[in-house]
Amino acid sequence: MTTETTITGTEKRTALYDQHAALGASFTDFGGWQMPLKYGSELAEHRAVRETAGLFDLSHMGEVFVSGSDAGAFLDYALVGKLSAVAVGKAKYSLICAEDGGIIDDLIVYRVAEEDYLVVPNAGNAATVAAELEARRGQFGGEAVSLRDASAATSLIAVQGPNAQEIVLQLFPAEHAEAVTGLKYYAAVELEAQLEAGSIPVLLARTGYTGEDGFELFVDNQDASGLWAAIGAAGEEHDLIPCGLAARDSLRLEAGMPLYGNELSRMSNPYAAGLGAVVALSKEGDFVGRAALTALKEAGAGTSAGCRLVGLKGTGRRSARGHYPVLKGGQLVGEITSGQPSPTLGYPVAMAYVEVEHSENGTTLDVDLRGRTETFEVVALPFYKRQK
Amino acid sequence: MAKIAPECRYSEEHEWVATRSDSMAWVGVSAVATDALGEIVYLDLPEAGSEVTAGSTCGEIESTKSVSDLYSPVSGTVVEVNQEAIDNPALVNEDPYGAGWLFTVEVTSEGPLLSAEEYASKNGGEL
Repeated sequence: MTTETTITGTEKRTALYDQHAALGASFTDFGGWQMPLKYGSELAEHRAVRETAGLFDLSHMGEVFVSGSDAGAFLDYALVGKLSAVAVGKAKYSLICAEDGGIIDDLIVYRVAEEDYLVVPNAGNAATVAAELEARRGQFGGEAVSLRDASAATSLIAVQGPNAQEIVLQLFPAEHAEAVTGLKYYAAVELEAQLEAGSIPVLLARTGYTGEDGFELFVDNQDASGLWAAIGAAGEEHDLIPCGLAARDSLRLEAGMPLYGNELSRMSNPYAAGLGAVVALSKEGDFVGRAALTALKEAGAGTSAGCRLVGLKGTGRRSARGHYPVLKGGQLVGEITSGQPSPTLGYPVAMAYVEVEHSENGTTLDVDLRGRTETFEVVALPFYKRQK
Repeated sequence: MAKIAPECRYSEEHEWVATRSDSMAWVGVSAVATDALGEIVYLDLPEAGSEVTAGSTCGEIESTKSVSDLYSPVSGTVVEVNQEAIDNPALVNEDPYGAGWLFTVEVTSEGPLLSAEEYASKNGGEL
């Protein structure tokens, strides 16, 4: 059993690698990690999350703890949002931007205690974000802030789908049922899960990247395989199946959620990406990127100037893929960032950066699909929204 | 492990060819290819009556996650394309050597082809 991150060349393995291999997963490199791409059919995995439940290993994601009496004020300086205003037990989606306003990563920040935050960066950016936070701590003068990169020691398991709550409830003693059922979206609670081998500490969050209800469970690496097995057993009568990154990608695309490296990058900015609301220009004090982001907003970035991230719906059967050119009247007006056939909707969907004058909903655009164009229509995001 | 049909011969690009005693050949893609592609959602096949050239692209296979060029393993004239597979590309995943065939060719010449044994040993398939 692997309890510590194994590094083979640049390919890291999660604590659950052996379980995935035993389940017949095919692996892919993602952010320097060997991750399950799929276990069987990626369409079946996608549909399980929409209709029943799916189980994901997300241990490649980073975990950086920010603690101390100045932790909130420091995060207000280091990130674009106002994290000091987040209530204990709640989470907030945020961005870490460079001085020029470019996006270094998108993050979920949990306030786990009054003076204790958990920052969750993407796998491929975890080291960059940890280093950037350390550098910004120096600029901030953070004597009352400490940083701890727990990425290598922490596993993250997600249960997503309409049956997720029923499954997760079985992991905890009855007296904690209300803590689970009452947990709001973008909230988290520390609980003890009861496994066969004993109880283990879990940070249980009601978050996800699929467009469905669901939970994400942070645990120590040594507890990951026991928890994975317990969730699998609890999910047997709820049609839970393990799901790989292929399904995770198609689920998040249908839900209109950006993926760092596709929609978000150092070359993109929050306003063009449709994430202007995440930037708290009104908060007190300076923060990294404030001047550039203020200038971008005043220049109308994403609304009257430059490009804007839009949803595209294909009218034919062929799908647009990342980096394909978007055309209007034969002129280049944008570029696809992600695209594939939507398993739930049955037609091709894509996201693209398009010049703002061609970004109105209902606009028809051509996408160059390897030399032949296909017509796509600009539509509102998300493509898919669950019925509550 | 991907199944390799013993009665077929194979191109390096994972197309299979099944020939009859006359010059007619059936063409499809191997289970090694369908495993790698994932679920196929769209087929772009050559039209009946068109000429195909061994080793040259003659269409596309699009799956949920990727697009791959289809190479003709033989040269000749396309006689028939599998309309059922075009209408229901999942047939290619389900039965790549049977109902998921792609097109037939009146063959004038063949490209380099591997025997099923050679193809299986090279690609780790199961005969």
